[in-house]
Amino acid sequence: MEEIVNLFHGFSVVLQPFNLLVMLVGIMLGVIIGVLPGLGGANGVAILLPLTFSMSPTSAIIMLSCIYWGALFGGAITSVLFNIPGEPWSVATTFDGHPMAQQGRAGEALTAAFTSSFVGALFAVIMITLVAPLVAKFALQFGPAEKFGVYFLAFCSFVGMSKEPPFKTVAAMMIGFALAAVGLDSVTGQLRLTFGQTELLNGFDFLIAVIGLFGIGEILLTIEEGLSFKGGAAGINPAVVFKTWAELPRYWMTSLRSCVIGCWMGISPAGATPASFMSYGIAKRVSKNGDRFGRGEIEGVVAPETAAHAAGTAALLPMLSLGVPGSPTAAVLLGGLLIWGLQPGPLLFVEQKEFVWGLIASMYLGNVVGLLVVLTCVPLFAAILRVPFAIIAPIILMFCAIGAYTVHNSTFDVVMMLVFGVVGYVLKKCNYPLAPLVLAIVLGDKAEEAFRQSLLSSQGSLGIFVSNGLVSSIMALGLIALFWPLIQNAFTRRRTRPAV
Amino acid sequence: MSENFEGARGAGPAQRSVEMAVALLIAAFALVVIAGSIQAGIGWGAEGPKAGFFPFYVGLMILASSIINFGAVMSDRRNDQLFAEWGQLGKVMSMLVPTAIYVALVPWIGIYIASALLIAVFMRWLGQYGWGTIGAVAVGVPVVTFVIFEKWFLVPLPKGPIEELLGF
Repeated sequence: MEEIVNLFHGFSVVLQPFNLLVMLVGIMLGVIIGVLPGLGGANGVAILLPLTFSMSPTSAIIMLSCIYWGALFGGAITSVLFNIPGEPWSVATTFDGHPMAQQGRAGEALTAAFTSSFVGALFAVIMITLVAPLVAKFALQFGPAEKFGVYFLAFCSFVGMSKEPPFKTVAAMMIGFALAAVGLDSVTGQLRLTFGQTELLNGFDFLIAVIGLFGIGEILLTIEEGLSFKGGAAGINPAVVFKTWAELPRYWMTSLRSCVIGCWMGISPAGATPASFMSYGIAKRVSKNGDRFGRGEIEGVVAPETAAHAAGTAALLPMLSLGVPGSPTAAVLLGGLLIWGLQPGPLLFVEQKEFVWGLIASMYLGNVVGLLVVLTCVPLFAAILRVPFAIIAPIILMFCAIGAYTVHNSTFDVVMMLVFGVVGYVLKKCNYPLAPLVLAIVLGDKAEEAFRQSLLSSQGSLGIFVSNGLVSSIMALGLIALFWPLIQNAFTRRRTRPAV
Repeated sequence: MSENFEGARGAGPAQRSVEMAVALLIAAFALVVIAGSIQAGIGWGAEGPKAGFFPFYVGLMILASSIINFGAVMSDRRNDQLFAEWGQLGKVMSMLVPTAIYVALVPWIGIYIASALLIAVFMRWLGQYGWGTIGAVAVGVPVVTFVIFEKWFLVPLPKGPIEELLGF
């Protein structure tokens, strides 16, 4: 019951006028970020992070998490109207959403998408409310070995669940760890890997990496593909909304299944994108209308959108309770916590009650506000997409540069951003996943610290990682996640084609 | 992913060669990391593992996985996909080169003037807009940005001699 009291206290924090304003601004910015190519949840939050330095941590996290919800909502708009997924997790939404728009049912598709997003997020937030405090309480007993075990599990799941070749995932991840190691060693205070360059004293900031890899890299990809935005009109009015709402309860089973898939995939760091595909695939197989999927079936919009939002929201559970983010955007939020002087991890629930429960309360309210905003402002957001690329591209570049500069007020960072952009473009084209790279930069120091502290207490013996039931089961789970594709293959020896 | 239905496609670098080059570059990066770690010490010191201990093994893993990736590309001879057509790469460069110049200019003339130039160049080059429209957008956007960042959020951005002349 203590949680309920805390949650209500959280609501009283969120309902302060300033925080409500911040929430609304965050949602609007988030939708715009989700709609624009080259700006996504992760780098959008990274660019806007410096704006929050002067705010209280609670207002800051409300704004940034609302940007995240907004970006999740925004991805659906471009998918349905323009057949261009604004975010990778909305790719599956285009399959049925865009055909619906072509048949003149854009309003219906958008309403279904937004409402499903809302349902998915709500399910995940309720799950976070109930589960996160328990996980945090449990994790309070963790020593360095267990902590390293959790990081190990997170990174192994990346390798096992990634659709990219495993060794490319390993390479990308380890590059992240190496970049994180550059600069001052946090344990001994010694300099390493700087090769005498004073610019590298502080190492590579992951915010710069995020803005470069996801922002600049994405714009380069967009211009290479030569996208031009042409799309249907966004006819959405109350009649359509209510008609669609009346229809949606019929798909409660699809909805519930997608919520569960989304939550599961969000907590394990697979993320929103595979969740949306998996949910779509299963819905297609299970539904009695399965053969009509791909030609404008409303269920084909409900399934991926619910799962994507549930996953996107659930990714915050490990971030809050363990200090291990489940997605790049959650990683950026975690970086924000560090900048505001908060220590992410289980202690947050004990020491920063107002912050944690303010954030959780803002998830409830933010998604309600988000739903209302997107339902009423679709034509406005669609108009942004009609701004020609020749105008919008340099403006996005400018904001990326501003975002990179403001992290440390350093123009060297802007140069690094561009370098990361080119690297991101090439790596993406060569099927190296970028998410584990970013996560490794964020968590590298902490993982290393946990690893070295464990070794220190065991006098260098790796046996510490199997020294008790708890740590050995976490490590074993990690190994299962790592070799999951092999285990799966052993069971079903029928998969001949590699996943696309 | 994309099937080669159209026989006559534009020429360009092969996906295989680019992937091999990338694998080699990553391997080179791994060697740098390993060398740097050895410099910092990879053994066991008074305070436990030395600073280079962790990155050393990270470097080894990068090296190993890039060798495996290189081998995988080498053995996959059927992959005749293009990395991109030259025309597409041209477009990427038409974006990258002005951006690189922009980034180089920011420390000298400030971010506002540089941004105005960047927007103007893009609008003229990629969009063929008239000078009137270009002027409005290229001046308007940095001014709005200035108000939002410097006045509302009190975040100072790099400024150059022109802003100094105007007294900011």
